[in-house]
Amino acid sequence: MIKILKLSKDFGEKKILDRISLDIPEGQKLAVIGPSGCGKSTLLRLLIGIDRPTSGLITIDDVDIGLLDQDDLMSVRKKIGMVFQSSALFDSMTVFENVAFGLRQRYEFSEEQIKQKVAEKLKMVDLQGTEDYMPSELSGGMQKRISLARAIAGDPKIMLYDEPTTGLDPITSTNIEDLINKLNKEMNVTSIVVTHQLSTIFRTSDRIVMLHEGRIIESGNVEETKRSGDPIVSNFIKGGLP
Amino acid sequence: MESKRITDVIGGHTLNVLEEAGALFILLWDTIKSSFKFRINVRNVYDQMVRIGIDSIPVALITAFFVGMVFAVQIANEFAKFGAGKMVGGVMAIAIARELAPVLTAVVLAGRVGAAIAAELGTMKVTQQIDAMYALGTTPIRYLVIPRFLACSAMFPVLTVFATVIGFIGSYLVSVFLVQISPAGYMETTEQFMKVSDIMGGLLKSVVFGGAIAIIACYKGLSAKNGAKGVGEVTTSAVVLSLITIFIVNYFLSVALFK
Repeated sequence: MIKILKLSKDFGEKKILDRISLDIPEGQKLAVIGPSGCGKSTLLRLLIGIDRPTSGLITIDDVDIGLLDQDDLMSVRKKIGMVFQSSALFDSMTVFENVAFGLRQRYEFSEEQIKQKVAEKLKMVDLQGTEDYMPSELSGGMQKRISLARAIAGDPKIMLYDEPTTGLDPITSTNIEDLINKLNKEMNVTSIVVTHQLSTIFRTSDRIVMLHEGRIIESGNVEETKRSGDPIVSNFIKGGLP
Repeated sequence: MESKRITDVIGGHTLNVLEEAGALFILLWDTIKSSFKFRINVRNVYDQMVRIGIDSIPVALITAFFVGMVFAVQIANEFAKFGAGKMVGGVMAIAIARELAPVLTAVVLAGRVGAAIAAELGTMKVTQQIDAMYALGTTPIRYLVIPRFLACSAMFPVLTVFATVIGFIGSYLVSVFLVQISPAGYMETTEQFMKVSDIMGGLLKSVVFGGAIAIIACYKGLSAKNGAKGVGEVTTSAVVLSLITIFIVNYFLSVALFK
């Protein structure tokens, strides 16, 4: 269970998030939507402890992560997997080393166990046999799937996706969305997808939260959000069309 | 009004310098603290020792050899005019062991190693690889900074030893074969003048320079922003700050060690 209470984040004079509150029950598939620069990615960075809140509370399974230093945050991060907007694969490491990275840092697995787990996760994202490739040898969609395999390698309970389909062609986007749904089903994770891709919003979530100028202006299921009377929400959902 | 503007500018720059110095010392402290707190990634340290140490041997040795020869040309000719040619051995040995080898090795490596570290970490920062590192259960200090800090602190003295020997050989060759100073006299004054403390002092300096370059380059790399342009800027400033630091720290170490 993730609880966010009156969370604010400022960068200098600029208020990115303004006292937002949100409860995310276990197993929920939440999409956080909103225009560029509204604080969606910042929310994910706060949830995983890369950025720290200016004020407010974030608790994950009743642990206030705002009180933890970087070393203590490690135990909370074991529960979380994150897919970054730019994939953020380690470009000097092979696919195998990328997927094995978190396993080596956080657990005491033997090399044999690591090999087995990496092969298993690569199979889940349909990229078995790519262990020896360098990230630069893969397409954007493949890099995204490797990033997903890396994020789920430690069997997290919570998955954070930062713009998982942005910049991908429609077919690859659909593949990634299918993969997110497959992982949610097979691993029973809580997922938070930050995106402004409409197909991703509708296909990967059972609840939608819309951020605008650092505040939550809409929260509901897909149908409720589609029917929203708020002109900003309605305009966003219709993609600016009348 | 004008004077207020000048004081504002000076005050602003002073605060920036102090802020940066503070951040560097905090990174140094966190690195030392984490080195004792967490298990060190030996493979990572070894890789860095190879990249920083072994791969830098040619450039360090070529620099030391030619600097040794150039100094010998200048000094030996002048000393020979006063009939003090054989003193060249002792003077060169002290100069190389105390100053030339540690400082010039550090200067060359600030360009080669400092720039490489800042550019590598800077690129990782602007492509979210550093964020991914946090998400995957480690910190850049543990995974990136500690191995580079340890490798630089360990390999700079090794390179300095090589540079001292090669610089001395260069100065010997020029003094003996070009300026025609007696080999026996050269070696005699070397033995008379040089003490073990000269070599140890030079090595201590190189440990400090190695650690300082690693911390400066890592700090600059980890503070990169604004894409490729930002990476270029932090790389340049890492090299410039490393060079300034080497010369300033060298003065104080020389006063403390050899007065």
